[in-house]
Amino acid sequence: MGWIGETVDSIRSIQISQLLNQAVSLGMIVTSALIIWKALMCITGSESPVVVVLSGSMEPGFKRGDILFLHMSKDPIRAGEIVVFNIDGREIPIVHRVIKVHERQDTGEVDVLTKGDNNYGDDRLLYAEGQLWLQRQHIMGRAVGFLPYVGWVTIIMTEKPIIKYILIGALGLLVITSKD
Amino acid sequence: MHSWGYRLNAVATFSLTVLGVMCGMVSFSDNFNHPTPSADVRVLNINWFQRHPDGNDEVSMTMNITANLQSLFTWNTKQVFVFLAAEYETPMNSLNQVSLWDGIIPTKEHARFWIHTANKYRFIDQGSNLRGKDFNLTLHWHVMPKTGKMFADKIVMPGYHLLEDYR
Repeated sequence: MGWIGETVDSIRSIQISQLLNQAVSLGMIVTSALIIWKALMCITGSESPVVVVLSGSMEPGFKRGDILFLHMSKDPIRAGEIVVFNIDGREIPIVHRVIKVHERQDTGEVDVLTKGDNNYGDDRLLYAEGQLWLQRQHIMGRAVGFLPYVGWVTIIMTEKPIIKYILIGALGLLVITSKD
Repeated sequence: MHSWGYRLNAVATFSLTVLGVMCGMVSFSDNFNHPTPSADVRVLNINWFQRHPDGNDEVSMTMNITANLQSLFTWNTKQVFVFLAAEYETPMNSLNQVSLWDGIIPTKEHARFWIHTANKYRFIDQGSNLRGKDFNLTLHWHVMPKTGKMFADKIVMPGYHLLEDYR
């Protein structure tokens, strides 16, 4: 109970200069995080250098909640690679393995078919209406490494947004009430 | 300076950092493994060989796949994903890779295997180029670690040949 009293007191005793200080510190932290993220995007050549595995279609290799590190190089896409791709009309990227590749002689463009390791059939059911193959522009990156379990934080925050609000609220409170 | 909040923060940050470094070291230890895998595939029978109404050739075959991939496993290996792809060239396409069969090897004991199977996935060409075609059968594998970097490699087995005529 004394802690709540302390908190209320400290909110009452806030000065503008202190508030501005806090705001600048917070701004610095957010900006550095953004810089690191953008740098990662540059280094890996991918729009989204880290993705969270959302479904069980690649089990037992990748479980829901794992994090995948992506890299996109100019190397041609070959069978066996695990790629992350977007389908027109679906906002969530899909992480599956390439099982068929047909590369054109003249242009070097590819037709690619994918399938989740744990799925029975290939991904044609997931592709857009009338789409039989994926092309290079649909592919966001290749998975090159992974960390288990770390992605659960993102999944929980997306599926139960109330937790996100609680966290942000608590962080805000911490910033306001800390004395330095 | 010594409130529970600060202490929790310090412990959490430190443990996360240590965990991260440990994952990095574990993944790095995989580089010391020099694998020596082997494989052999025999095409036992061409079950049928047809051309679809839309103009694409399709082949169904039964194969005998033998392989020893035990040297790929390290203490940091969760599973090895292995698949067999037919690879060939056509006038329209400089490279065609069609996966015929795949499997998951969960442990080192399972990594030495012999299977007799028809192709799990349909061997369909883009077009009608398969008559009399020479193709390679390549065994690809993908080592999926418990944490860190994934490794992939393959063994190319050339010298397979398809029938001159439909059956």
